[in-house]
Amino acid sequence: MSSNVPAASGPRERGARSVRVIRLLVLLAGALAFLFPFYYMVVGSLRKVTEGNLSSAAPGDVTGGNYSAINGAISLGRSLVNSGVVTIGVLLCTLVFGVLAGYALARLEFRGRGGVFGVLLLVQTIPFQLLTLPLYVLVVRDYGLGDSYAGMILPFAINSTAVFLFRQFFLQMPASLFEAARIDGASELRILWQIAIPMARPALLTGTLLTFIGPWNEFLWPFLVTKDASKQPLAVSLAGFLSNLQGTVSNPTGAVMAGACVLAAPAVVLFLLFQRHFTQTHIDSGIKG
Amino acid sequence: MTLTRTLPQAPAARVPAPARRRRRSGIGALFVTPYMLYTLAVFAIPLGYTLWISFHRFYFTAPGAHAPSPWVGLSNYRDVLTDPVVGKSFLNIAIFLVINVPLTVGLSLVLATALNAKLPFRSFFRAAFYLPYITASVALVAVWQFLFGSDGLVNHALGGLAPDPSWLVNTHLAMPSIALFVTWKQLGFFVMLYLGALQNVGNDLYEAASVDGAGAVRKFWSITVPGVRPATTLVAVYAIVTGANLFSEPYLLTGGGGPDNSSTSPVLLMYQKGIEQGHPDFAAALGVVLIVLVLAVTLITRKLTERGD
Repeated sequence: MSSNVPAASGPRERGARSVRVIRLLVLLAGALAFLFPFYYMVVGSLRKVTEGNLSSAAPGDVTGGNYSAINGAISLGRSLVNSGVVTIGVLLCTLVFGVLAGYALARLEFRGRGGVFGVLLLVQTIPFQLLTLPLYVLVVRDYGLGDSYAGMILPFAINSTAVFLFRQFFLQMPASLFEAARIDGASELRILWQIAIPMARPALLTGTLLTFIGPWNEFLWPFLVTKDASKQPLAVSLAGFLSNLQGTVSNPTGAVMAGACVLAAPAVVLFLLFQRHFTQTHIDSGIKG
Repeated sequence: MTLTRTLPQAPAARVPAPARRRRRSGIGALFVTPYMLYTLAVFAIPLGYTLWISFHRFYFTAPGAHAPSPWVGLSNYRDVLTDPVVGKSFLNIAIFLVINVPLTVGLSLVLATALNAKLPFRSFFRAAFYLPYITASVALVAVWQFLFGSDGLVNHALGGLAPDPSWLVNTHLAMPSIALFVTWKQLGFFVMLYLGALQNVGNDLYEAASVDGAGAVRKFWSITVPGVRPATTLVAVYAIVTGANLFSEPYLLTGGGGPDNSSTSPVLLMYQKGIEQGHPDFAAALGVVLIVLVLAVTLITRKLTERGD
């Protein structure tokens, strides 16, 4: 390729190549900084003795013992089921009620639509953490939902960013489609189900992915709501092990790393499968919201 | 396309049959009802409740028991604003911002600029940068605690230069360690944000500058930096909101707020005062102060960015 370039652009070409090398070096350094802790987590989870010295960074002494140790200490299966139930509950509520709200905001005229849209934007600016205290008093003390899935799901039930995303997507669809169906006398629910939703599959996938990582990764709220260990999702039970159960196993660091791998794996796998869906929407919602 | 879209739609939308409009109106309101009930239960009522609690003396009671909650005016707010630990937690957020904002802006701008070209393994790099952002804090905190522990890899690598006491249990280093962790965890998001902004800057500006003889550095400062300003504003807003919300990191990474509250955050304090020590009224007032602060920051930046455009 470079042989075709006229001789005059020779120095420029060489400059472009060195810029390219610098780019790649910078990116490699970045990738190393981002990926090393993940690598270290996996290696640490597989070693018989997990220590912090330099030689411990290389794989060796492989054992699955740390996984059975953490399983014995915090019961991985039960914790995973709890995380799964909470996450699926949130996903169902967001996909059903969030899609309905997004469709109405984009395609239906009704009184107070502007107000509802204003609420949607406002809700995204108030961080939920700042409301944990009154929510705790209401959910745990007044409604008696402590140690229940409903109590863990409630604050996340309908992801507002996903509602915003659904609205944007329905808004981009050609209006003639909806008009034609309405003239044919189709009900709104039918239009939504048979026309809008099949076309909105990419938005539903992105909405699902961005909603998934919220409740799956969340620590503070389920930590407040669950005192009963058998109801704790994995993030909470692992954090509990991290702060006060480490004495119960022979290689505590290895056990913590094993738990961290299990907690991280589902989100990482989903991300690797649907990478583009994750990055695009987060950015879009970040800029617009 | 535009013709078929505008022509038939316009009359239909403007003069609908009255009966039909009512039907559409009813169904639209019905569709948003679950979402509105949700925001009422999770935002509006708690917001009102936290305001109410913040003006009363409020106790947790045994289930079924009832304790009076007398009106105390601004006394909870006075307690919050004169509490030295609250002051300390706000100072910690200031430390967090001073480290997090410049580091995030600088590193993500460098990485985004490097990514903004046709390169081998581009999607691998994008994925690698984004990975920490989508991973659970608890899992990542566990690894960082191991890496930066007294007997951890970082200290082994530093040898004699390792800080004593170690990173997470050192009064001067606990908060900077948290700022570093959060920067690392969220950087991928901002790299993508800057990458999007860079792609909007447009090549013609750079080409024009090259014709005028501007060097790479000059181009970076005169074209790239102003071109990505909205993204930079967003970094600052996110950093302030993140700082106000920090919980898992000070609670887990530095074991409940670090030595001498050196990494206590406002939300951690809300938990400790409100739920652990049983002063929900104090915590409610602190929550109101934080909400006002976060809303003010968001509104101010929105005003600033609107003027900038």
